[in-house]
Amino acid sequence: MLYFTRPSPSAPRPAPFPWPLAPAVIWMLVFFFIPLLLVLAISFASRGIYGGVRWAFTLSNYALIVDPLYLRIYLRSFLLAVATTGLCLVLGFPWAYFIARCPVRWQGVWLLLVIIPFWTNFLVRTYAWMFILRTEGLMNTILMQIGLIESPIEILYTNAAILIGLVYGYLPFMVLPLYAALARLDLSLIEAAQDLYAGGWSVLQRVILPLTRPGIVAGCLLVFIPSVGAFITPDLLGGARTMMVGNLIQHEYLVIRDWPLGSAISFALMALVLAGTLAYIRSGGTLQGLEERR
Amino acid sequence: MIRRGGWLFGLSVANLVFLYVPIAILIVFSFNASRLSAGWTGFTLQWYRELIMDQALLASVQNSVIVALVSTLIATVLGVAAAVGMERLSIRAQRWVEAGVILPLVVPEIMLGVALMLFFVTIKWPLSLMTVTIGHAAFNLPVVMVIVRARLRRLDPRLEEAASDLGATRWQAFRRVTLPLLTPAVIGGVLMAFTISLDDFIVTFFTGGPGSTTLPLKVYSMIKAGVSPVVNAVSAVLLVLSMALIGLSMAVQRKRDY
Repeated sequence: MLYFTRPSPSAPRPAPFPWPLAPAVIWMLVFFFIPLLLVLAISFASRGIYGGVRWAFTLSNYALIVDPLYLRIYLRSFLLAVATTGLCLVLGFPWAYFIARCPVRWQGVWLLLVIIPFWTNFLVRTYAWMFILRTEGLMNTILMQIGLIESPIEILYTNAAILIGLVYGYLPFMVLPLYAALARLDLSLIEAAQDLYAGGWSVLQRVILPLTRPGIVAGCLLVFIPSVGAFITPDLLGGARTMMVGNLIQHEYLVIRDWPLGSAISFALMALVLAGTLAYIRSGGTLQGLEERR
Repeated sequence: MIRRGGWLFGLSVANLVFLYVPIAILIVFSFNASRLSAGWTGFTLQWYRELIMDQALLASVQNSVIVALVSTLIATVLGVAAAVGMERLSIRAQRWVEAGVILPLVVPEIMLGVALMLFFVTIKWPLSLMTVTIGHAAFNLPVVMVIVRARLRRLDPRLEEAASDLGATRWQAFRRVTLPLLTPAVIGGVLMAFTISLDDFIVTFFTGGPGSTTLPLKVYSMIKAGVSPVVNAVSAVLLVLSMALIGLSMAVQRKRDY
């Protein structure tokens, strides 16, 4: 009888060692996690005489990053990222709601239209706004031709231009998770609320918003993270006086060549992002919710 | 309800206009005869002609294609293996690996760029096309893995068990049963990784050295030199290219999705 004790198909077999996972884990350890730890280590090191790193422990980089000059840059990055997130939510929520309420075959078409710009070259899409917004650009030419303005509006290289660029770049990041949440929403709950004489506003506030909260938080996070760390948008659409933290990091590393200070700023940024992600997970969001953007 | 649907539809169309009009303007003006003005002065292919005559630009295209091909190959082989290997882990261990996979997707890209630059400089590995390729494989590996794993989880585990019961070895069951079923996801992942690599600016910007200028880096330096219709032309080419690749990727993933 002993010969017939093959495990039945339903019984779990002992899993073999997950060797196929090993090369990927090693690759990510060496080329992602170790470099990140290196940034952390260098943020506590001193600056070498000719740039580069001298391995002497110091906390002075973290003392330097709270310089008022830098604080203004963080504040601008934070406010621009918050404004971007807010605008994307205001534009994206009704859009996602509309898509989720479309007939199913139209939903696919709408989603495709949301996703296409999201996958096209970010640099080029930002350049499109340079082309439109610059002083002698399309917007000013048209506005002056129809006589709406006398002289060109100087909007390129301002915070407003950065905001437009960021909203333009990251709106799809907001719509996709919102759609996922709204598509799962049970319509009968809205009907029930309406039957109980809830008005449009109260249905939104007391039924739709609470039920789609994980999607809202995921969307906000997916817009906020790349916005706060943006480099291309402020670099092309902003000017020297509208630096964001991404530009500051690039400036410290490649122009001033103060790697320890650049590392401290980078790590502070990453700590902020990780805190946001953890808050998301705490609020009941899942990692899959974030994966849905890809 | 119809009235409310009306303004929602209007807003949705407005959003669509917001997303697509700048792209359309860019493409239309790549055919504009005037070099300086934003007014339309006539149709020309002059800027596309200038593009294909630009040796530095062509060299950057070549670099981009090399980086995209090699990094996609690495990311795909490691990513597919990892997605399959993950099935053998306990649920708890899978959670950990998932968190590790998500992290590269949520960390600001500039972090990955500077971290890799510091790493390569510290171990004295000269910044080159090879370091750029390694960086691209690092951000593409999680992408491929997430796509393939999503597909893998929808597969019926009994298919592989049936193959084993019929005497197939683990490798044979994978090669003859699981892998063919994964093919749409793998191809989708390949095209997506290829597109991301082709479009990447930030990681390339930090991990590249002399002689490793890719197309987006070249476009960046052209933009920095000033707005010109040649930039519009190269932008139009990039836009159409990535749209085509992504369209293909999505069509492949949707196909045979049972």
